[in-house]
Order: sequence, then structure tokens, then C-alpha cells
Amino acid sequence: MSSIRSRRILAAVSGGLGFALVLTACSSSTPTKSTASGSADCAAYKIYGDLSGKSVSVYTGIVTPEDKPYMDSYKPFETCTGAKIKYVGDKAFETQILVRAKAGNPPDIAIVPQPGLLQQLVATGAAKEAPAAVATNVDKFWGADWKAYGSAGGKFYAAPSGASVKSMVWYSPKEFKDKGYKVPTTLAELKTLSDTMATGGKKPWCAGIASGEATGWPVTDWMEDMMLRLSGPDAYDQWVTHKIAFNSAGPTAALDAVGGYLKNDKYVNGGLGNVKSIASTTFQDGGLPILDGTCSLHRQASFYASNFPKGTKVAADGDVFAFYLPGVEATDRPVLGGGEFNLAFADRPEVKAFQTYLSTDTWANNKAKISSDVTGGGWITANKGLDVANLVNPIDKLSASILQDPKTVFRFDGSDMMPAAVGSDAFWKQSTAWITGQSTKDTVDKIEAAWPKP
Amino acid sequence: MDTSAKILTMLLAILLFVAVVGVMLFIASRTERKGARFVAYVFLFPSILMLSVGLLYPAVKTIYMSFFDAAGQAFIGLGNYHTIFTSPDEITVLRNTVLWVVVTPFVATAIGLVYAILVEGAKAEALAKAMIFLPMAISMVAASIIWKFVYEFRPDQPGVNQIGLMNQVMVWLGGSPQQWLLNNPWNTFFLIVVMIWIQAGFAMTILSASIKAIPDDIIEAARLDGVGSLGMFRFVTLPMIRPSVIVVLTTIAIGTLKVFDVVRTMTGGNFGTNVVANEFYSQSFRASNEGLGSALAVLLFILVVPIVVYNIRQLRSTESR
Repeated sequence: MSSIRSRRILAAVSGGLGFALVLTACSSSTPTKSTASGSADCAAYKIYGDLSGKSVSVYTGIVTPEDKPYMDSYKPFETCTGAKIKYVGDKAFETQILVRAKAGNPPDIAIVPQPGLLQQLVATGAAKEAPAAVATNVDKFWGADWKAYGSAGGKFYAAPSGASVKSMVWYSPKEFKDKGYKVPTTLAELKTLSDTMATGGKKPWCAGIASGEATGWPVTDWMEDMMLRLSGPDAYDQWVTHKIAFNSAGPTAALDAVGGYLKNDKYVNGGLGNVKSIASTTFQDGGLPILDGTCSLHRQASFYASNFPKGTKVAADGDVFAFYLPGVEATDRPVLGGGEFNLAFADRPEVKAFQTYLSTDTWANNKAKISSDVTGGGWITANKGLDVANLVNPIDKLSASILQDPKTVFRFDGSDMMPAAVGSDAFWKQSTAWITGQSTKDTVDKIEAAWPKP
Repeated sequence: MDTSAKILTMLLAILLFVAVVGVMLFIASRTERKGARFVAYVFLFPSILMLSVGLLYPAVKTIYMSFFDAAGQAFIGLGNYHTIFTSPDEITVLRNTVLWVVVTPFVATAIGLVYAILVEGAKAEALAKAMIFLPMAISMVAASIIWKFVYEFRPDQPGVNQIGLMNQVMVWLGGSPQQWLLNNPWNTFFLIVVMIWIQAGFAMTILSASIKAIPDDIIEAARLDGVGSLGMFRFVTLPMIRPSVIVVLTTIAIGTLKVFDVVRTMTGGNFGTNVVANEFYSQSFRASNEGLGSALAVLLFILVVPIVVYNIRQLRSTESR
């Protein structure tokens, strides 16, 4: 009896020890406070006070490789105030953030890339208004239109973060120089250029739209660019706010214009296969064949620069560069762009402090400098306090100059303004189906049917 | 949380569990006079409580929500069910689900059965069984990622190598690489292959045990009567393991009706491969159409119930032998 008992005790103790061992192995070690390298000038951060031991969670859809510069740009704030910022990137962000807000489990701060989604998040009641300091910064560094994107129901919620210019076409300057191609200044010239490049059997355009749950989003950018150019900014605004139907003449013509490029066997998919391979190629890989010479043109936003391998020279005389996607006339300057907004779901002092930090020019310049070092650029902001000298990447300089050009007619990415059921679901899904064979009419009809009833 | 806090929490959780069990045992010992039935209910009480909160309440709420519109506000009766059976996209979803449920159980069971019979009494029996059972040990998402690489497509251009196994074999045999996951409707079958690969091991294990349970004297008697191996299979083995085969078929069918990970990881439900489980997730959380999502969930439930009932009946008849 006693031997059974002692064996049982031995089993229990060894089981408990084993459990403890497993827990130790699995638990993450407490991070040691790393001293900031170089000059840690904490004077600018004194205003936030001492936030030692506090933590702020940040949830976003920005994943590798663009996430590292974000995490690094928070380090000065962490070092100088003692707070800890927990960054979580998730490709399914647009779906999960709504679920989290509705379930009562939101992050402290969410980096929301869509004004439409922002409206829905505010409607759940979980979002908190931005503190006065943030509103002051936004008035100072941005214009009224950017402030409006971050507002809902007349109240201001979220300061803009980064921005991107989407109306760009990536190309190889070397190829253009060797073959004597000229950068097109009108859409007609772009078509002629594509036809010239296609003679001889080479496919001039490459594209990729796969992106996990967000598969299909690059097609929406194409369609918005075409809508802006072919129907004009006013019709674009009506389309985005559903004053004209998604399957009306303007948007249908825009999608067909995109089809002239993306569903054209002679044009796509350079270096990657046939038209259908667009759907199976990730957006990150979509423009890489330019470096091999198997592709010549790739329409993608300014942030694509960070997807080229390290060492690629992104410059007007380098391996790869981008030109502005032209309008119908040479004098037209419609520009499609995007941006993110920092929306807070908590109003603890440390969250407010961090939100304020993110809306300052200090953060913008930190981020720009770090992006230049870590990913060779690929990040800009519409923050007027940004010192353009910090932008090391010629693409960034080009994009920033386009954003600040007074002749530019800027419009925010349409699918980001539409309600999530369209802009983060139906538009993406139907675009993917469209690439793999669905007709334009069926596509626009189905997207129109998915628009939520008011 | 640091390590010591975690260990403390773990110890507290164990103590809490011990306390709850202790309370239940105490109540049970005090009320022993009231009969065994009462004691049984005392033990069942926590489970029933958690099942009601975690399973019954959501089920009832889902059925309720399936009669409302997308935002959950207006009552639309059978409107969502009408959409499911008339919208072309939803009909594709239903068609795919039917394909999955018809093909997977039969093929997986067939493969498991043949494998079990072939491996029966062979030299490396244990190793062979371990090999086919291995896919069950990995998660469905891991299996999906493995097969996604197997099906990977690269264009047929000079200087471009195939990285997917199937396309490399195609190229070696002189064909051209195919987009296995994009071409409708064959892509569904390629996804089904993944599920079969996962489930065949389960089928084989159960059927192998069942085959071993066939009494030797029946087999000897059959041999003496002069039956060949095919005849042995048809007239002796199959009838004797029939209950196990039915259990395996129904269990795999139930698992297949729920398939979500494979479809979501490999194609995201695009290219005409969507199934009911993926679609109700998509409708409920991505399209915020809670009415349609709930209706799809109810449909899935209705499809599963007869199979579960049949499964339980078969289990009972097996046990009663």
C-alpha cells in the first residue's frame, strides 16, 4: 500500500515539475530594456510624462517587411517614456478588427487603412474620440480633407499616419534607355507603348493580386485609377458614395478599360504565365519580373519599393523606377492615393500619449529615416511637417512631390471609402473571379448587389 | 506575464479544479441515500451547464438570426434560405459541399480498407500503418500548406523552374504545367485529395482493428471451403466489418461537412471552390451578413443531424454485440 502511495506521490510531483518545465520553456523572457543607440534626445518626449510599466497594444494589417520600420519608430517613445508598445500585424486585419470591436476586445490603437472601415468601427461604439492635442496636430500638419477622412458623425477620431500614391507604373529605366522608349504622358501613349513592347511576343505587363483574405485588391486600384481618369473626379465621388450604381455605365467602362490591360493575352502576365496566373501570384511578387527583364510595366503604389530585394537601385537611373500613370490629357493630374489612420479604442493616459506622438512631425521624421535605413524607403506621409530630406528613396521623393503639387487632383482609394461588405469583401472577391473568367457585367452586378441596404 | 506569475496561475487553476471536484464529491456523498440517479445528475451538472451556455444557447440564437436580414434587424422569414438555393454563387457552394461529402468518405474509406487488408500480417506492418496515419497528426492547415506547394504553378518559360511536385512531374512527362488550383471544377477535386490524404489513416486504423477482430475459425472454415482472396474479401471480411465501415464512413462524412481550413488556406474560397463552412464564416464576418451566415450554419446543422443519428445507432448496435 505504502509503495503504491509513494509511487503516486512521485508521479504527481514529477508531473508537476514537468508541467513547470514546459511552462518555463514556452514563456517568453521578460525583455530587457534596451538603451537607445546613438543620441536619445528625450526632450521632445518629456511632454508625455513617465509611462513606465504601461503598455499599449497596436493592431494593424501591415506585415513583413513593412512592419519592422513601424516597430523601430516606436522605440524612441518606448525608451524615453518607459512604455511598452506591442505591435501585432495580421493579414486578416480588416475582418478581425470589426469582429474584435463588436466582441468588446479591441486593441488600444488600430492602424486603419480605410475611411469606410473607420466609419463602421466608430458605429460599433467602441472607438474613442481623439484627444485635443491630436486634433491640434492634425489641423497644423494636414488639410481639412485628411481630417475629414478620420472623422465620423462630425467628431474627429483618427489622425492620419502614412500615405501612399497609387497612380504609379513601375518600369526599368535601363530597358527604356536601351530600347529608346519614352515615359508616356497620356493614356493613349501608354497603350501605344504597350503595343510596341508586345511586338515580338514579349508580354509587357505583369501583375499579381493574391493576398490571403484580401486577394483581389490590386484590381480595385486599377479600376479606381481608370474611373478617375475616364469619368472624372466628380463621377468618382458619386460612385464611391453610391450616388450612382456600381453597375452603371461609368464604372462598367472603367472595369472594361482595366480588362484592356489585365485580361489582354498579349499584355499579361510577363514572366509569370497567362492571365489566370495574375490570381495566383502574390501582389508582392507581381512586379519582380521587371528585374529579370521578362516584364516591362507594373502598375502599383509607391509602397511597392520595399518589395524589391535589398540592393536593388530604385532611382531614375537605376534598376527600377516608377512614372506617374497618366490621365487622358497630358495636363490631367488625377492621383489616386491611400493612407492609414490611427484609431484609438481606449482613453488611458498612455494610449492618449502614444496617439499624440504618432500625430507629430517627430514621429513622421523618425519613421521616414528608419524606413530609409531598413527597407530603402517605401513610406511617405502627407504630414506637412515631414522633412523631405529624410526621404532617401527617389520614389518617395517623387510621391511626396506629387502629393504636394497644387495641380494634383487627389482622391482617396475608392474601395477604402466604401462600406466593408463591398470594399473589403465583394469588390475583392468579384475582382478575383473577374480575372479568372467572370464577365465584367456579372462582376459589377454582383458587387452592386452586395452593397448594404441603408 | 512572467514565468512565476504563470506558474502561480497554473497552481491556482489546479486548486480551483480540485475544489470544484471536492465540492461535487461532498454533495454526492451526502446525498448517496437519494439514489444513484441523483448522484449521476450531480456529476453531470457542470457539463450540462457549460454545454447549455456554449452550445445550446448559440445554436438557438443562430436559428433565430437566420430568419432576419443582414444587419439582424428586419424579419424576412425564409428569405435567406431562398437566397441560398437561388443565388448562383451559393449554388456553387452547395454543389461543392455535395461533391466533398460524396467523394471524401467513400474514397478515404476505400483506401483505408485496401491498405489495411494489404498490410495485414505483413513484415513492416507497424511502420506501414504509422506512415499512413502520420497525416492525421498534423493540423489541416499544415497539410493544406504542404499540398499548396505540391500544386504550385510556375510558367513554362526558359529559366523558370517548377517548384510544385505535380507540375514538375507533368514537365518530366512532357506536358506543360497546369494551374491545378485555378481551373474549375477540377480544383475542388484537388482540394478533396488533401482531405482524403488526412482521413485515410483514420479509416485504416479503425478498419484494421475490425479486421483483426474477425474470429480465426471463420477464416479457416472459409479457406477450407476453397475461397480465393477476392472471395474472402467479398463474402467474409466485408460483411463482418460492416458496422465499422459504416462508422468510419459517417465519421468522415461529418468531418468533411465541416471542412473550412483546407479551403480557406489553399484558395480562400475563390475560383469556385467555396464550401458551406467557409461561406458562412465569410458571410457572417467579412460581408457582415449575419442573416445569411446563420442560415448557412443552420443548413449545415440540418445536413449533419441525420448522419450523426445514423452514426450513433450504428455505434449502439456494434456495442450491443
